Amino acid sequence: MKKIPFWRRYARLLGADPVSDVKDELRFHLETKTDDLIRRGWPPGAARQEAERQFGDIRTVQHIGERLGEKMERRKRFNDYLVECKRDVRYTLRSLRNNPGFAVVAILVLALGIGVNAAVFSVVNTLLLRPLPFADSQRLVWFMGGKSIPAKMRAAAGLSGQTYTVDAYEEFKRNNQSFQAMTAYQTFYNSVQYKLTGSGEPRQLVAVEVADNFFSTLGVQPGKGRDFTREECQKGGPPAALLSYYFWKNQFDSDPAIVGKAVTVNGKPVTVVGVLPASFDFGSVFAPGMKVDMFVPAVMDFWRTWGNTLAVVGRLKPGVSVAQAQDEADRLFPHFKVIHPDWYEDYASDLTTLKDHVSGKLRRSLVVLWFAVGLILLIVCVNLSNLQLSRAATRSKELAMRRALGASRGRVIRQLLTESLVLSIAGAVLGLCFAFAIVFYIAHQGSMTLPLLGSIRVDSASLGWTLLVAVSVGVLFGVAPAVKMSGGNLQHALKDNGSGMASGRSHERFRATLVVSEIALACVLLVGAGLLLRSFLRVLDVDLGFEPSHAASMQVDYDDGGKFAARGPILQEMLRRVSAVPGIESAGIADMLPLDRNRSWGLAAVGANYPKDRDDSALVYLVTPGYIPTLGMRLRAGRDFAWSDTPDKQHVIIINEAAARREWPGQDPIGKMANDVDKTPVRVIGVIADVRESSLEVASSPQVYIPMTQNPDAEGATLVVRTKIAPESLASSVLTALRTLNPSQPASEFRPLQSLVDHAVSPRRFFVLLVALFAALGVLLAALGIYGVISYSVTQKTQEIGVRMALGATTGRVMRDVLASTLRLTVAGIVLGTAASLAVGRLIASLLYSTSPWDARTFLGMVLALVAVALVSGYFPARRASRVSPMSALRNG
Amino acid sequence: MEKPRLDLFRGTLDVLILKSLIWGPLHGYSITDFIRRQSDDVLLVEEGTLYPALWRLENKELVEAEWGLSENNRKAKFYRLTSAGRRRLKQEANNWETYVAAVAKVLSAPGLDSPQEPA
Repeated sequence: MKKIPFWRRYARLLGADPVSDVKDELRFHLETKTDDLIRRGWPPGAARQEAERQFGDIRTVQHIGERLGEKMERRKRFNDYLVECKRDVRYTLRSLRNNPGFAVVAILVLALGIGVNAAVFSVVNTLLLRPLPFADSQRLVWFMGGKSIPAKMRAAAGLSGQTYTVDAYEEFKRNNQSFQAMTAYQTFYNSVQYKLTGSGEPRQLVAVEVADNFFSTLGVQPGKGRDFTREECQKGGPPAALLSYYFWKNQFDSDPAIVGKAVTVNGKPVTVVGVLPASFDFGSVFAPGMKVDMFVPAVMDFWRTWGNTLAVVGRLKPGVSVAQAQDEADRLFPHFKVIHPDWYEDYASDLTTLKDHVSGKLRRSLVVLWFAVGLILLIVCVNLSNLQLSRAATRSKELAMRRALGASRGRVIRQLLTESLVLSIAGAVLGLCFAFAIVFYIAHQGSMTLPLLGSIRVDSASLGWTLLVAVSVGVLFGVAPAVKMSGGNLQHALKDNGSGMASGRSHERFRATLVVSEIALACVLLVGAGLLLRSFLRVLDVDLGFEPSHAASMQVDYDDGGKFAARGPILQEMLRRVSAVPGIESAGIADMLPLDRNRSWGLAAVGANYPKDRDDSALVYLVTPGYIPTLGMRLRAGRDFAWSDTPDKQHVIIINEAAARREWPGQDPIGKMANDVDKTPVRVIGVIADVRESSLEVASSPQVYIPMTQNPDAEGATLVVRTKIAPESLASSVLTALRTLNPSQPASEFRPLQSLVDHAVSPRRFFVLLVALFAALGVLLAALGIYGVISYSVTQKTQEIGVRMALGATTGRVMRDVLASTLRLTVAGIVLGTAASLAVGRLIASLLYSTSPWDARTFLGMVLALVAVALVSGYFPARRASRVSPMSALRNG
Repeated sequence: MEKPRLDLFRGTLDVLILKSLIWGPLHGYSITDFIRRQSDDVLLVEEGTLYPALWRLENKELVEAEWGLSENNRKAKFYRLTSAGRRRLKQEANNWETYVAAVAKVLSAPGLDSPQEPA
C-alpha cells in the first residue's frame, strides 16, 4: 500500500457513503482482474467480459455490501455520538470543578426540587395510583349504606348510618348476580373486650370480628396456619383466632409453634389457627391509625338481633363493572324492604371501589400537594435558567470561539444541555436521598389517620418518575439559556468589549421575565399555603364542647358478675378509689369518647307528631355521674347524673343543644319525656353545649347521654381523669387502685384526651405542614432568584453607576433606583401570581374550612410577605451599588 | 493433469482471510490471489463469497478497512487485522488443526475391531 496523496484524503469530505464505497471496491477488483487477463494475452474487450463472468452475480454482492456498510456506518455514528457525549460530560465536570460555588448551589436547589417531587410522588403513588395490596383489588367494592338518608344526617348518624344488619347483608349476598363473593366485618369492634391472660401481664387486645370468608374474599392467605373454617364461624363452634403479623412478632416473638395452640382470651381458651402475612394491615386500609392484634370469627347468628353493625365488601365477578353492581343494588335493596317490612331502613347503598373508599377523600389533597411540588420544580427550573445565564457573560467568549472554530450551533446547544443534564442528574441523586428521608419520616407517623401510611415507600415507580423529572428539568432549564447563549453575534462576543453590553441587555430582559414568573409561582404557592393554614387555624379554634387539655383516658374493665344491679355500686367504688389517687381532680367513665367511635339510636319527644320518614337518629353515650364535668363539657341547664339514678328510679337522659333544638324547638327541654332511648320513656334532666363528635369540621348532631347505672348496653368502659400533672406518672397508681377491685384489670396506659383531637386533625395538619413547607421553599428559591438577577445587573452596570455618581447622583438615589427596579419585577410577578391564585383558589376550595378561597386577608398577607422578601433580597445588591466608587468604576471600565 | 479444485468448507474462508492479512494490509483481489497461490491453485475463492465474508469480518471488527492506492495506482480498499482478528485467527487455526487431526485419525483407522461383548 502506498501513501495516500493529500487530495485523496478528502474523497469522503461530504460524509461517509457506503453505496459508492462498495461500488468503488468492486470496480477495482474487476479492473485489476481485467488487467491480469490482458497481461496473460486476452483481448481487452473479452478480458473485461471474462472478469465479470468469473465474478458471478455482482448485483447481489453489491446489495449485501450496501446493507452491511450502512449498518456499520450507523454504529460508527452512534459511537461518535457516545464519544462526543463522553467528551461533553468530561468537559462539564471540568467546568463545574472550576466553578464549585455554582455547582453546589445548582445541585442543592435541584435536589430540593426533585427530592420533594420524588417524595410526594411516592405518597401519591401509594395512595392514589398503586392498587390496594390485595389480589385483583380493582374488583373489590365497598358498600356504604344510608343512600336514602340526606347527606348531613347520614354523617350525623355515624357508623350506624352506613353499616348493615346481618339480615340485610345476607339477603344481598344470597340474591345478587354481580358479585363472586361478599364478605363483612364487625365495625363495632370495641363493643366486645378482649383480654389476653396467661402470657405475661394481662393485656387488652384490639380484635376485629370478620365473616368466615373475609380473608379469602380479599385474597389474603394466612402466612402460617390456615383460615377460619365454616364451623368455627357458627354459634357454638370451636373458638379460633388469627393473629396479625405484628402482634405475633411482638407478643409471641414470631414463634411458629403458636399455630394450633390455645391462648387464653377473656378467661377462655382460643385456638390460634394461623398468622396473617406481614403485608396485610387491616388498619391501614379499613381503619387508618388503628393496630389490630387479632381476628376472630363474627358469629352471624349472634349479631342478627343487633342493629347496623356490619361493614360489607364484595368481590365483583370478572367483567362486571361497579356501575352494573350499583344498578343491581339499587333494584335489590328496595325490594328487600318490601318483603321485610320489619326492616328499619331500606339499605339503599352507594357502591364504590374499595380503593376509592380508602383514598378517595384524600384525592383532592394529594393533587394539591402534587401541584405544589410541581410549582416548586418550575421555580427551580427558572432559578437554574437564571444561574446558567449569569454564567453566560463569562462564557460567551468561549462559546463564540468554539463556534468560530467550526462547532455548529446544534453542537454547542448539545454541549450546554449535557451540562444541565449532568447537573439535574446529580441533583436527582441527592434529591432521592432527601426523598428517602421524607418518606421514611412520613411512613413512621403511626398516629396519623392516613390510610396505607405504613406502605408508603420510594419504589421503582418513584425512581422512574424521579428520572423522568430529572431529565425534563435538565432539558427545561437548560434549553432556554443554551439557545440564547449559542446564538448572538459572534463578532460582538469575540471582540474584547468586557461587559458584553449588547447581549447583556437582551439577557437581562430574559432574566427579568424569569424572575417575574418565579415570583408569580411563589405567589401561588404562598396563597395556597396561606389559605390552608388559615383553615387549619380555624379548625383548631373550633369550640369542641369539651376540654381536651389536662385530661386523659384509659380502657378499664369491671366485673359485675353479669348482674346489672351490681354495676352501679361497682362503678361508684371504682371512681371513688381513682379519685382518691393524689393528683386526680375528677374522674368519670363512658363507653365512648367524643371524636372516637360512635353509634346511634333513636330519640323522639313523647307526644310529638312526626312525619314518617323523619330522621330520629341520635348518637348515644353511656356515661357515669361525673363524666360530663370531667370531660369539661358545659351543662347549659339542669343537672348531671347522680349515683342515685338507679335502675329502679325514673330513667333519665342528658341531651345536647342540637337534640334540644330538634325535639323541643323553642321550649325548655328540662323535665320533658322522650321515647326510643329505653324501653320506657325517659326524662330529660340536663342540656349540654354541643360537642364535636365525629370531626372538628362537622357541626354537632343530636346526642343523648344515658347513665350507665340505668342502661346495661354499654360498649366497653373508658375511664377519663382530669389532672394537672402528667397523666403517665399516675398510670401505675391508678392501675393499682383499680386492681384492688378487679385483679384482672389489664395493663393499660393513659392516653391524653388531646390525642383524640390531634388524631382527628392529623391529616389536615399533615397537608398544611407540607404545603406550608413547600411554600416556604418556593419563596426561598424566588428570593434567591431575585437576588441573583438584581445583583447581576448591578455588576453589569457598575460602570454606568460610576458615571452617574461622578455626575452627582447620591448614594441614596442609586440605592433607591436599584430597589425600585426590584419592586417593579416583584409587582409584575405578584399581579400575575394573584390572578393565577384566584383560579387555584377554586381548586382547593373543598379543602378549606370556613375560609373563602378568595380570602382578602390571606391575599394581602401574601402580597406583603412577598414584597418584604423581594426588598430584602434586593437590598444587598442595592447597597453594593451605592458603594460603587466612581473613580475605580470608571478606571476599570 | 487437471488439479483438483475444492470448494471451501463453510467458515474456513474466514480463517483463510484472516491468515492472509497477517503480514500486512491487503485488498480483496490480492487476498484471492494469496489463497490461490498458497494452496497451489487447489483452493479457489469466488469473488461472490469473498467480499461478503470480508464485510462481515469488518462488521465484526475482526478486520478494519482503509482506502489506499494499489500497486497499479488505483484507489483500493485495504483490509488490516485488528487485535481481535489476530486473536480469532489463532483460536480458529488451533480448532482447525485439532479437527483435521481428528478426521485424519478416523479416516486412517486400520480396520474395525468388533467391540468385546461382556461375558
